[in-house]
Amino acid sequence: METATLEKPDAMQLVQNENILNVNNLEIYYGEKRAVNGISMDIEKNSITALIGPSGCGKSTFLRSINRMNDLIPGARAVGEIIYEDLNILSPQINVVALRKEIGMVFQKPNPFPKSIYENITHALKFSGIRKKKVLDEIVEESLRKAALWDEVKDRLHTSALSLSGGQQQRLCIARTIAMKPTVILLDEPSSALDPISNGKVEELIVELKHDYSILIVTHNMQQASRISDKTAFFLSGDLIEYDKTEKIFTNPSAAKTEEYISGRFG
Amino acid sequence: MERLAPAKDRLLKSEKNWMNGEVRGKIIVFLCAFIMIAATISITIFLGQKGLQAFIKNGVSLIEFLTSKAWNPSNQPNPLFGALPFIFGSFAVTFLSAIIAAPLGIGAAIFMTEIAPSWGRKILQPVIELLVGIPSVVYGFIGLTVLVPFVRNHIGGLGFSLLSGMIVLSIMILPTITTIATDAMSSLPNSLREGSYALGATRWQTIRKVLVPAAMPTLLTAIVLGMARAFGEALAVQMVIGNVSKFPHSILDPSATLTTIITLNMGNTTFGSIENNVLWSMGFILLVISFAFILIIRYLSSRRKF
Repeated sequence: METATLEKPDAMQLVQNENILNVNNLEIYYGEKRAVNGISMDIEKNSITALIGPSGCGKSTFLRSINRMNDLIPGARAVGEIIYEDLNILSPQINVVALRKEIGMVFQKPNPFPKSIYENITHALKFSGIRKKKVLDEIVEESLRKAALWDEVKDRLHTSALSLSGGQQQRLCIARTIAMKPTVILLDEPSSALDPISNGKVEELIVELKHDYSILIVTHNMQQASRISDKTAFFLSGDLIEYDKTEKIFTNPSAAKTEEYISGRFG
Repeated sequence: MERLAPAKDRLLKSEKNWMNGEVRGKIIVFLCAFIMIAATISITIFLGQKGLQAFIKNGVSLIEFLTSKAWNPSNQPNPLFGALPFIFGSFAVTFLSAIIAAPLGIGAAIFMTEIAPSWGRKILQPVIELLVGIPSVVYGFIGLTVLVPFVRNHIGGLGFSLLSGMIVLSIMILPTITTIATDAMSSLPNSLREGSYALGATRWQTIRKVLVPAAMPTLLTAIVLGMARAFGEALAVQMVIGNVSKFPHSILDPSATLTTIITLNMGNTTFGSIENNVLWSMGFILLVISFAFILIIRYLSSRRKF
């Protein structure tokens, strides 16, 4: 909770400050090596949280632990808590398949399936038991519209997704994540493989999405973090160095390391 | 570094460089390629010329050869040259063995790449290599001593049958299919798996709906390569199939294939005789069909996505 809300107690901000995730003393190991050293942070609902830091600082590892994608890596394990709706999602009792439907993820490199645009979106919906064509059609249109891709692809929904440009492919990957109606969307450097124009479109889209979803984004692009995020977390060698409002991090950081990093002196 | 010679001597192409290693290496490599191409072309020409002689010189009807079920080349004065039972036999054992081996091989490949990539591969890899190493005569021998009596006593018929041939062949082509299918599955980019898992798909859903369809062109290539091997196999099949020239009416009937008829009869015919020439014609058919398999494989490979 920010002290700023006490001075200006308007309802909007109170809602915004509700937390969707509480991370408590999270440690992540790859075999014997510790990649994340006991971090604690609260992620706000309906906001964009940017994770920045040099390569290998543990920010992607942290992101991937939130929807248990690290389970796929042999030898990776997490200790501590990530509380989501009163449940520790790191618990072995969690059904990861169901969890990933609520906490979706978009990757650095666009990874559409080698199927049609339409099938890319209906793919996972069918697994959830949605089979009626009419319902599927509606969800496809709705999620493509939300991903600002509908107008570009509405006439060729049944052509291969691989025929799209890189930026369009990435927006398709976002669309298929939205189609699952998640509560949290994790973005792992979603626009680092894209040209500046596509990047701009993806950024606009992310800002648009925060009204409906809580978003965590890993980025190497300082401008991107400062443009779109509400809060920013700076990671260094597995530690969470500083976590604050984005404005504060980029104008008046508390830690010397943060200032050095964002001013480009290392990393 | 100090350069004493003028640029003209150092940098221009000269006679001196010409005959050293560069050109010699080129000639050796060209020669290797040329010998291979020449061998393939001459075998094709020879086989084509020998294979067509039965039709051109001996006046065997091509239509009869391809469509008649009656085969009796030594029936004088009215020899019969219907090779249909053998062509059918070849295709029958090929397709039937592929039907058994394809699911087994692809299943094993999925097990090795998706289910148990560490220990599954460690166990299955040597098993597959061992299967490749067993000579076909040994497969045939085992088929003859174990499989044929088993089929006779527990399933029916003489034991020498299409069924026995298809079982032996399916085990023989299993390593081919498994190896190529494993390569196909493991060359799929990991981002495809992650993309599907991140949407809340289970492992089985990911395998069935994402990975197998994405690898499909290569998986089909694996099956066709296995079929090509089955089509050309002679020895092991010959030992268990029964080698009768009648058209089989059930899977338990003895039968024969193009290859088994060639190996059985080539020693008993005189070179240049009509009986000998029709065997060459069968060899030519085998070659033509092999080319067809290669064309199919090339077409499938061109559709590869990853």
